[in-house]
Amino acid sequence: MAKVSPLEIYKYLPGLNCKECGEDSCMAFASALIERSKSYEDCSPLVKDEKYKKKLEKLIELVTPPVKEVVIGTGERACTIGGEEVMYRHELTFFNPTALFIDVSDDLPADELADRVARISRFAIERVGQKLRLDGIAIRAKSGDAAKFGEAVVTAVENSDMPLMLCSFDPEQLEVGLEIAIERRPLIYAATKENVDAVAELAAKYGAPVVAHSPGDIQGLFELVAKLRSKGVEDIVLDIGTYPMDEKFGSSLENMVMLRRLAIEKGEKLAGYPIMGVPLVAWLNGNDPAKAAMQECIIASAQLLRYADLLVLHSMDMFSLLPLLTLRQNIYTDPRVPIQVDAKLYEIGKPDENSPVLLTTNFALTYYTVASDIEAGKVDCYLLVVNTEGLAVEPAMAGAKLTGSLVKEAIEESGVESKVKHRKLIIPGMAARISGEIEDLTGWEVLVGPIDSSRIPAFIEQKWKSDGQG
Amino acid sequence: MKLNLEDIIKSLVDMESIELENVELDVEELVIQAKQAMLMPILQQLQPQAAATLEAKPEQKLEALPEITFEKPIKEYRGQVEEITLGATRSEGGSRGKVLKIGGQRTLYHFEGGWINKPVVSFDVFDIPQPQFPKALREAWSEVWDSPAEWAREAVKRGADLVTIHLVSTDPKVKDTPINEAAKTVEEVLQAVDVPIVIGGSGNPEKDPALFEKVAAVAENERCLLASANLDLDHKRIVDAAVKYNHNVLSWVSLDINDQKTLNKLLLEEGLPREKLVQDPTTAALGYGLEYTYTMIERIKLNALKGEKELAFPVSCGVTNAWAAREAWMNVAEWGPREYRGPLWETVNALAVMLAGADIMMMLHPGAVQAIKTIIDSIFGDYQGVEIKYEDWLKV
Repeated sequence: MAKVSPLEIYKYLPGLNCKECGEDSCMAFASALIERSKSYEDCSPLVKDEKYKKKLEKLIELVTPPVKEVVIGTGERACTIGGEEVMYRHELTFFNPTALFIDVSDDLPADELADRVARISRFAIERVGQKLRLDGIAIRAKSGDAAKFGEAVVTAVENSDMPLMLCSFDPEQLEVGLEIAIERRPLIYAATKENVDAVAELAAKYGAPVVAHSPGDIQGLFELVAKLRSKGVEDIVLDIGTYPMDEKFGSSLENMVMLRRLAIEKGEKLAGYPIMGVPLVAWLNGNDPAKAAMQECIIASAQLLRYADLLVLHSMDMFSLLPLLTLRQNIYTDPRVPIQVDAKLYEIGKPDENSPVLLTTNFALTYYTVASDIEAGKVDCYLLVVNTEGLAVEPAMAGAKLTGSLVKEAIEESGVESKVKHRKLIIPGMAARISGEIEDLTGWEVLVGPIDSSRIPAFIEQKWKSDGQG
Repeated sequence: MKLNLEDIIKSLVDMESIELENVELDVEELVIQAKQAMLMPILQQLQPQAAATLEAKPEQKLEALPEITFEKPIKEYRGQVEEITLGATRSEGGSRGKVLKIGGQRTLYHFEGGWINKPVVSFDVFDIPQPQFPKALREAWSEVWDSPAEWAREAVKRGADLVTIHLVSTDPKVKDTPINEAAKTVEEVLQAVDVPIVIGGSGNPEKDPALFEKVAAVAENERCLLASANLDLDHKRIVDAAVKYNHNVLSWVSLDINDQKTLNKLLLEEGLPREKLVQDPTTAALGYGLEYTYTMIERIKLNALKGEKELAFPVSCGVTNAWAAREAWMNVAEWGPREYRGPLWETVNALAVMLAGADIMMMLHPGAVQAIKTIIDSIFGDYQGVEIKYEDWLKV
């Protein structure tokens, strides 16, 4: 829903304040609908009572995102793309992170293909407490042979539970793939001006989501979408074309912006679908692999920032995937909720009753940076995490979210006093201002630590151990 | 009015054009009831396409697709970002061979028109060698870092639109280089290159105002960018120096849009002309809060175009901060070779701030700068490339 107020939503609720949805009032429920923490289905009177039918219809229309949500795949690894409501993350948040699909080509020997598929499925790297993964496999009909394409689809299905994208412009090949993989709800790539009638029929017959492909031509894209819709196909993904960064790259980015703006700000239904890009085109230039992988990462990053909901990549090199995965993690962070860790006492290494106690905040990035610096320095210690509502040290200090009394509470609730014999607390350099306050309220002695956590190991070495501690 | 079939056909034949508003249903019936051939010539005359479809698939219902119109979604904005000039040529009292203009946007996106100036890239140059640099940066610059002038010259060769000379050694905690000596460094850099320059202080709030007074004087009329004024130092002295000697001032805050407004307002009240202010909301590294910077720049640009004058200035970003992320430089086998990873980290960081709306990117790695400049040229349509056949990706 594009910028609807709770009051507008409220008009279409029963107004009973029955609390069945779990909210205290219909007004609170209206806000929850906007935040998407609740769904209209949670209002049972509205859904069940026939007399609210008109209201329900109107409400659904109001709360349906201007960019349709499309689901690819099934089961645990099914991926949802689209569903976006705003152009800029601060206006609400972005909801469904850009899905990253890696290609396999159907002319690979079966064992290589199986191996690549398995590697795509297994791929994971941990960052700031989140497991970053890939989202799907794009099977390219490179061989031109329908039987071969079918074999590749079989191999992918057997070796992975990930969402699949069947890529061919030949409807017959696509149908072979669909027959095999339809249970897995694959994405069909693609309907073009030339094949749209046949591909639309396939999408309708198999109930599979489909890509409309019209590189560089928005008008043509809309014609394809209209055609698909006229055949009853509603799960559509838009491909407006991707060009290597040294050619028509700029215009392909601007086309993506136009599509998203048309959907969200102009209410253009034909643009109201997820957008995809193919950074894999970086490999078309005959670049050496390292250069192609870097270019691919750059194209992908730019498209991710320009509203791409799905990207097809080739490289599985960590050096090129890590920046992209990190960018995705950053941009899709909900600005309404800073990423937090639990506020409690953490043990780093093997601390004992003489080990130092360090203090930090529950902003995830702060916590993980501090914890990894301490680990890297092989310091055994306790890390006391204070609930600063997800703020880093500096803003927490500025906003009075890190205070002596909060530290006092944290010490008491964490049970740290029964874990160590001493009463010395090392606080971040940027929290120096509240050291007196902490000492007065807790009776603990405060040592002001370094401003940058990378210097904690050296600090412990010099200030803690030389004190005859540890 | 009710017409029978013959009347309709007769009128169709007689008239040159006719509105076919309620005809769809009838057509279907006609296919069955009347002789299709009888109608065909008329339909062909009026709607050749529909007729062809009818002919090919007479069993299908004729369903006209909604008429599709596509107009570029261009918006009207009330505000405009101030246009800032960096550098001055001889005729203006300076000695630069090139003058750069930044900002001036009247729209958010290039396709809306109203983008007069491209974003530009500055290379960072330091007044002392930087042995603590990550390996990829040491390799790029260690041969020239003994001489800031050499370094600057090399930076221009590698594509810098402008050069930033950071006088970091003036910090009492670094080398406490005397202000007079720092001023000499600035003069050397000005002589070595003819692009506009940015002069960076050490960040020491006591020494920076005096430093800027001196370097502003030796670079009189060169229209440098003094980087930077912030809320923690005596910014009035920097503004006075900029006004007296004809320079621009960078208004730098730490990721807070209200602070940015406050500081910009203060600098203007102290007498800095609007066309001499550039702002820097702080660039958090990719993976370390980049989203805060990204969103803040977007908000600055959106608000500026909505007419919020206190924010309507070009944005400069210290993209070099990307190298603070351990993923950019640390030797971790799982993360892949760092000689690729580092430059890529900086490129992606630059890309994010640029797409959010940054006008100056201060950068360090030559490969990253090259990549960003290519993208800028591509977005602004200045790049003449070879057409590729996009569909070929299926066959790579």
